[in-house]
Amino acid sequence: MKLSEAADGAEHGTDRGGTGRRRGRLAFTLFSLLLLLALWFLAARLIASPVLPGPEAVARAFWRASLTGVLPASLAITLARVVASFLIAMVIGAAVGILLGRSPGLDRLFGPWLIMLLNLPALVIIILCYVWFGLTEAAAITAVAINKIPNVAVTLREGAASLSRDLDEMAQVFRFGPLRTLRHVVLPQLSPFFAAAARSGLALTWKIVLVVELLGRSNGVGFELQTAFQLFDVATVLAYALAFTVVVQIIELALIEPWERRANRWRR
Amino acid sequence: MTGLRVDIREKRFPAVAGGPERVIYRDFALEVASGAILMLLAPSGLGKTTLLNIIAGLDRDFIGSVRLDAAPGGRGRSRLSYAFQSPRLLPWRTVEENVALPLGEGDAARGAARAMLDAVGLLEQAGAYPERLSLGQQRRVALARAFVIEPDLLLMDEPFVSLDEAGAARLRDLLRRLLAVHPATVIFVTHDSREAVELGTRIVRLDGPPARIVKDIAINLDAAARRAAPGEALRAELAAP
Repeated sequence: MKLSEAADGAEHGTDRGGTGRRRGRLAFTLFSLLLLLALWFLAARLIASPVLPGPEAVARAFWRASLTGVLPASLAITLARVVASFLIAMVIGAAVGILLGRSPGLDRLFGPWLIMLLNLPALVIIILCYVWFGLTEAAAITAVAINKIPNVAVTLREGAASLSRDLDEMAQVFRFGPLRTLRHVVLPQLSPFFAAAARSGLALTWKIVLVVELLGRSNGVGFELQTAFQLFDVATVLAYALAFTVVVQIIELALIEPWERRANRWRR
Repeated sequence: MTGLRVDIREKRFPAVAGGPERVIYRDFALEVASGAILMLLAPSGLGKTTLLNIIAGLDRDFIGSVRLDAAPGGRGRSRLSYAFQSPRLLPWRTVEENVALPLGEGDAARGAARAMLDAVGLLEQAGAYPERLSLGQQRRVALARAFVIEPDLLLMDEPFVSLDEAGAARLRDLLRRLLAVHPATVIFVTHDSREAVELGTRIVRLDGPPARIVKDIAINLDAAARRAAPGEALRAELAAP
């Protein structure tokens, strides 16, 4: 009894330490961002030119675009494109990666294709998609997904190649069958690789979505950025960029991190 | 319960890292009667685990055959269970889920798992994750998982190794009690002749390579005699060349 109490006490102690550390890190992140803001403010004051608007000018641009409703609508459209292409890329990329990681023969055959695709410039894929499939929504989302699929596949292939043979044999002896094996044996081992692919994927996806919108869509953040560029309206460019960065950060904090914590709760 | 017959014409390990190719088994035959508790005693590296993997169907790269008798009572294919040398639990599933998963994912499976955990004295840990348990507890969970499917044939690969003697003795006791309630044919690999004498109804000692049977002894003693002089005599006989 005493022993287990002591152990519990120690555990609570480290937990508190963990929360404290997290809070400390958060405060420091905030400080770092405020420092950046201050530097930006000073630089804008010193240069005093319309090509480097200060934070207050960007805030005004943000407010203006929000009042007309264009900014929230553009954010929503772009976000929808990001989510659609991200999900497609994760599903297809994971399937391809797991398949190649599990089968050395397939990997020898299709591995070089993956490397090719990985090194194909995003712009080339976008142009080809628009040329082949027309300036459509489907072409836009396909282009982004194709850009992202090889990254996901390479990451998940690494994960699938390092799966535990011991647990595989266990599942085989106890006749888990393909579905129970996938759900309880394979996917949990791959969750760190999914998290890595999702994290790098989200950032990459939204950057490419903007290019796709700039080249062939008549709405979304990318399209608005192009308009602002033609007017040399740097404040609006920064307002859109910052707004979307915040959105992506919120997705990371509200979705990916909690999911990762849940997937890792069994770890000691 | 189910009997079985293993015939291995030849099993080789391919050459690795400059070492020569090794023949593990050649013209090897072993018949196990239904309900036997066969203790397989052999020095390490002789291919005991390989034999269990061949019987379990995990290793199909050999020339020969494994025949399991049909299960009694018209249950169709006989059920096989395996307690590995390491517990091989899923660290991301709770103890209860680990024991339930061989049966499926429904409430019935969970109920059976809890009953089994109760039998091995770990019901309180049902919701814990395996890595929070001691090695002895993890081995008991693995034992519960092996028994939850009510196997006809139970393969055990040094399942009590790297425990202290008291812990191993408690687990041997537990195994005896579980087998009394759920009878099964057992093939139990060990390198400990004391363990072999204490648990088995038959002890086979292998030597090699290639592995061949050098001793094959039936045991018909009660538990007290196994620990006393008759058991000692058996161990001496086993150790004799």
